[in-house]
Amino acid sequence: MALRPMRPRSDLPLAVDPSSRFLGWITALMAFLAALALAGAMLVSDMAQRWDSGLAGGLTVQVAPMPGAPIASLDERAEAALTVLRSVPGVRSATMLSGGEIARLLEPWLGSGASDPLLPMPRLIDVVVDGPVDVAALRLRLTSAAPGATLDDHAVWLADLRSFAGAIRLAALGVVVLIGVAAVMTVVFAVRTGLAIHRPVVELLHLMGATDRYVSRQFERHVVSLSLRGGGIGLLLAGGTLYGLHRASQGLQASLLPDLTLEPWQWMVLLLVPGALALLALVTARRTVLRTLESMP
Amino acid sequence: MIRFENVGLRYGTEAEVLRDISFTLQPGSFHFLTGASGAGKSSLLKLMYLAHRPSRGLVTLFGRDMALVTRRELPELRRQIGVVFQDFALLDHLSALDNVALPLRMAGTPEADVVAHCSEILRWVGLGNHLHAKPSTLSGGQKQRVAIARSVINRPRLLLADEPTGNVDDGIGMRLLYLFEELYKLGTTVVIATHNEALIRRFDHPRLHLDNGRLLVLPSRGGRAQESRVNDLRRE
Repeated sequence: MALRPMRPRSDLPLAVDPSSRFLGWITALMAFLAALALAGAMLVSDMAQRWDSGLAGGLTVQVAPMPGAPIASLDERAEAALTVLRSVPGVRSATMLSGGEIARLLEPWLGSGASDPLLPMPRLIDVVVDGPVDVAALRLRLTSAAPGATLDDHAVWLADLRSFAGAIRLAALGVVVLIGVAAVMTVVFAVRTGLAIHRPVVELLHLMGATDRYVSRQFERHVVSLSLRGGGIGLLLAGGTLYGLHRASQGLQASLLPDLTLEPWQWMVLLLVPGALALLALVTARRTVLRTLESMP
Repeated sequence: MIRFENVGLRYGTEAEVLRDISFTLQPGSFHFLTGASGAGKSSLLKLMYLAHRPSRGLVTLFGRDMALVTRRELPELRRQIGVVFQDFALLDHLSALDNVALPLRMAGTPEADVVAHCSEILRWVGLGNHLHAKPSTLSGGQKQRVAIARSVINRPRLLLADEPTGNVDDGIGMRLLYLFEELYKLGTTVVIATHNEALIRRFDHPRLHLDNGRLLVLPSRGGRAQESRVNDLRRE
C-alpha cells in the first residue's frame, strides 16, 4: 500500500513510481523514531532537572553512632552540629530528621525492620542554604564540634546526574541527526530514480519551455506531500506509544522512574517533526533535481 | 525567423545526418519539409525546436545566435515554438485539457484562464466533448488534434509539425493541414515535415526537400517567392 500525494494533478506521474511508493511509509517510520528520541530526551531532561533542583541548594549532615568511643552521646553531637550549622552565614535552615522519617527513607532497602529501635541509626540533618557556603570550612567545624559528623553537598551526585542527562540529550540529538541524514538519502534516491524513470517526460516539458524550477516544483510538491502525510502518521504512532508508556508507568511504584508526561510546549516540539521532515525533503528534492537537470540539454 | 548557415549535425561519432544546410525562413511563411524516411527531416526539426545544437554552422532563431544562447535562456525561446511530435507525445496520465494546458501553466497563466482557453481550443479542433478524456481513450486522429491544440495554445511564433498526418487517414490528414493553413493565415510561421505527396500537392507552398542529409529547395507551384526566401544565403 502506498501513501498517495494529496495533489490530484502533476505533469509527472510520480505518484505511481515504485521508487516513491514507500517514501511515505519510510518518512512515517523516521518521524516515529525522531519523535520518540526527542520525547525521550525531553523526559530525561525534565527528570534530571527535578533531581537537580531538589538536590542543589541543600546539604545533608550525617552524625554516625560511634558506640564505645570516648565522646559525647549521639544526641549531644547532633545538637552540637545543629548549633554550628545555624551559626553559619548562608544557611537558611537546619532541621534534624526524626527517627520515623529516617526509617521511611531506609524502608525500601531494609523493609519494616528499618524502624527497629535496636538498629544503630545515624542522625540526619537536612540543611537548606540560600547563599554561598564554604563547604570545606564547615566540614572542619562540624568534625571538630561533633566527631563522627560528615557533610554531603551532593556535588558528586549532581555531577553524575548532569553528565548522564547530557549524554542522553547528546544521544537523542545524534539519533535525530542520523534520521535526518537517512531522510535526505531516501529523498535523493527517490528523486533521482523518478528523474531517470520520467526522463522522456522531463525532456518533453523542457522542449515545451519548462524551466528547471518548474520541473523541480513537481518533485517538491510530491515529496512534501508524502513527507507531511508520512510524518503525521509517524507522529500519531509516537503519540500513541508515549501515551501507552505513560499509562504503563502509572502502575509502577518506582519513584526513581521519570514522569512520562509531556508538557504542552513539549508536544508542540513533537508537532514540528513532520514539518521539519517535509522542509528537509523539499530542500533536498529541489537541490537534487536542479543539479541533475543541469546535465540535460 | 530562422536562418541556417552551413549547418551540420552528427550524433556521436557517426557520419553527419545533416550536411551544409543553409536556408532562411521569413516570418509568416509556410513550408513543407519533405524527404524519404531517414533523409534527416526529424533531425532538422530538432535543430529548429532546440532539442539539439548543431555540430557545426550557424543557427539563428528569432534573431538570436543559438551558439550564444545560454541554457537558462532556452525555456523562453522554446515557449515561442509550438511542436507537433510524430508520436503525439501526450502525457497519458493527464486529460486532454491538462495536456493542452501544459504550455500555459509553464508560462504561469492564471488557472481560470488556462481552463477557459484550453476548453475553447479543444472545441475549435472538434474535441469539445473530450475535454477530460485520457489519451488512451482517444483515437489516433483525436490524439493528433490534442497535440496540435497543445502546440498552438500559447500562440507560438513558429509551429513545427513532424509527420502530423502519418498516423491518420487521408481525410483527417487533410483536415489537419487546413488547420495549419488557418494558423499560417493568422501569422504563424509553419514548417510541416511529411512524405505524403498526395496531401502536399493540394497546397501551394514551397518545400524544403532533404535528400540524404542535404537540402534542396523547391519553390511553390506558382513559383511564388513569397515566403520562399529559402536559400537566400546560397544566392548571396
